[in-house]
Amino acid sequence: MRLFELRGISKNFGAIQALTGVNLKIDAGEVLGLMGDNGAGKSTLIKIMAGNFRASSGEMWLKGEKVEFHNPLDARRKGVEVVYQDLALCDNLTAAENVFLGREAKIRLGPFRFINYPAMFRAAARHFAELKSETRPRDLVKQMSGGQRQAVAIARTRLSNPDIVLMDEPTAAISVRQVAEVLELIRRLRDQGVAVILISHRMPDVFAVCDHVSVMRRGAVVADKPIKQTSPEEVTALITGALEFA
Amino acid sequence: MSVSVEQVAQQREHTPLRALLAHQPLWVTIALAIICLVMAQVSDVFFTKDNFFNVTRNFSFIGIIALGMTAVIITRGIDLSVGSIVGLSGMVAGMALNAGHSWWFGILAGLLTGVACGVVNGILIAYLNLSSFIVTLGMFAVARSLAQVLSENHMIYQFGPDERLFTTIGGGTMLGVANTFVVLVVLMVLFMIAFRYSGWGRWVYAIGGNEQAARLTGVPVNRVKLSVYMLSGLMSAISAVLLVGYQGAAINAMGTGYELRAIASSVIGGTDLMGGAGGAYGTFIGAALIEVIRNSLLLAGVDANWEGTFVGLFIVFAVLLSKFREMRAG
Repeated sequence: MRLFELRGISKNFGAIQALTGVNLKIDAGEVLGLMGDNGAGKSTLIKIMAGNFRASSGEMWLKGEKVEFHNPLDARRKGVEVVYQDLALCDNLTAAENVFLGREAKIRLGPFRFINYPAMFRAAARHFAELKSETRPRDLVKQMSGGQRQAVAIARTRLSNPDIVLMDEPTAAISVRQVAEVLELIRRLRDQGVAVILISHRMPDVFAVCDHVSVMRRGAVVADKPIKQTSPEEVTALITGALEFA
Repeated sequence: MSVSVEQVAQQREHTPLRALLAHQPLWVTIALAIICLVMAQVSDVFFTKDNFFNVTRNFSFIGIIALGMTAVIITRGIDLSVGSIVGLSGMVAGMALNAGHSWWFGILAGLLTGVACGVVNGILIAYLNLSSFIVTLGMFAVARSLAQVLSENHMIYQFGPDERLFTTIGGGTMLGVANTFVVLVVLMVLFMIAFRYSGWGRWVYAIGGNEQAARLTGVPVNRVKLSVYMLSGLMSAISAVLLVGYQGAAINAMGTGYELRAIASSVIGGTDLMGGAGGAYGTFIGAALIEVIRNSLLLAGVDANWEGTFVGLFIVFAVLLSKFREMRAG
């Protein structure tokens, strides 16, 4: 059974047609690279998958069931997590507090429920260890490197044990060393059977970790190929329009 | 060498001592202690039981309001209406008692008035996305005006059948300190626990740190923002009820200028006006410092008009100190 599939997704904002009949599919433990120039419709598509936008038409299928996401929490509950481009972290909180934000571990004392910090620190440390990250749960996020911040954002997605993680430009603004860390984090997710959709402008990253690549242009998918059957040159030609379809 | 998950979970960014030294309320406490030691040399009266009683009672009214203000400021908001809410809540409580109602009804009426003002502020700020500065500036004018309209510019000094009990609540003592100080300490402890150990407390800090991130991760941002303005209104009303009881009179000018003193208490105690940082103990000690400065100037025979200068200098110094710590940290 296919893990996640989009069938004929279209989206219009008034007179502007942002997406036209987009088909996309991904299986468990697969990394799909979603590429395209600015304005190609990648972010709109991700926002539909994440529950930020409703599609004007088309269907989403998750594990053989037709699904509709009314908001991001709805998408999360059904197994779709997002790592946003700006990571959506609170710099003034610790790594563990960010991982558990909105889903804090509690301990009951009589009629009251208090935050269980030791449990949160232990669980966050375990998630970081699974991601092979050196991030420490008690450290404030504002003191962290780009790679560590990514680890915090990715560890947060692990709490709900998602089937699919959407990552929006995770390597856009970090150093070369940190890019390597993030790509390793993506591989770890894949190894744990999670499907990852990676939006990126960086060709080397997509070719380093993805199993498939889908190219979008002017709101439509113009190519969907196994990464081994394409090349950076062909993908570039598809992005720019030098090559119409592949 | 491999490190276990348990060890990583225990690793701290700073040693407890270094963390303590980076804690602004510690430095404010030290400043307060130094002022007290100096004053012990300057005045024979400063370290007397009576003076301690007066100082702790006096800063309690502002301290209680400042606790609510701290929650608001941590979410990157501001509540300029607290002083006017003190005036309105105090007047409503006084009028209810004056009309012959029981003590608990009068207090409840006052507290509900404060909460109602907070609800209006909170809905406009959280759900209609209006600026907290503008909304609470509006409430600042409206609440004071309502207090004047309700009172018809008369002072209320007769509180019906429960007058004795009501005035004892605000003006009495417990364990040798003013009731108001006991209330402040209890509320401070409750705020400390709520800020640190409740989900609500963590969400308050998260909203101040990055509201959009908090929203995306499922924090009920609007509800939390509404709650802090309700809490601020409630704290103002608690202070108002105690103040009316202590003074034995409800006057519509009550609480005038309290908003700035409450903000000053929070900021001196380490609350960041940019949101995301602050705490209940800091606010408590900030309020204490302001009152001790006022008291010290009085006892040292300095013109009381200098109070504003000293408090202002402390505010700027506190902000500079926090900026300096941030620069060192990052």
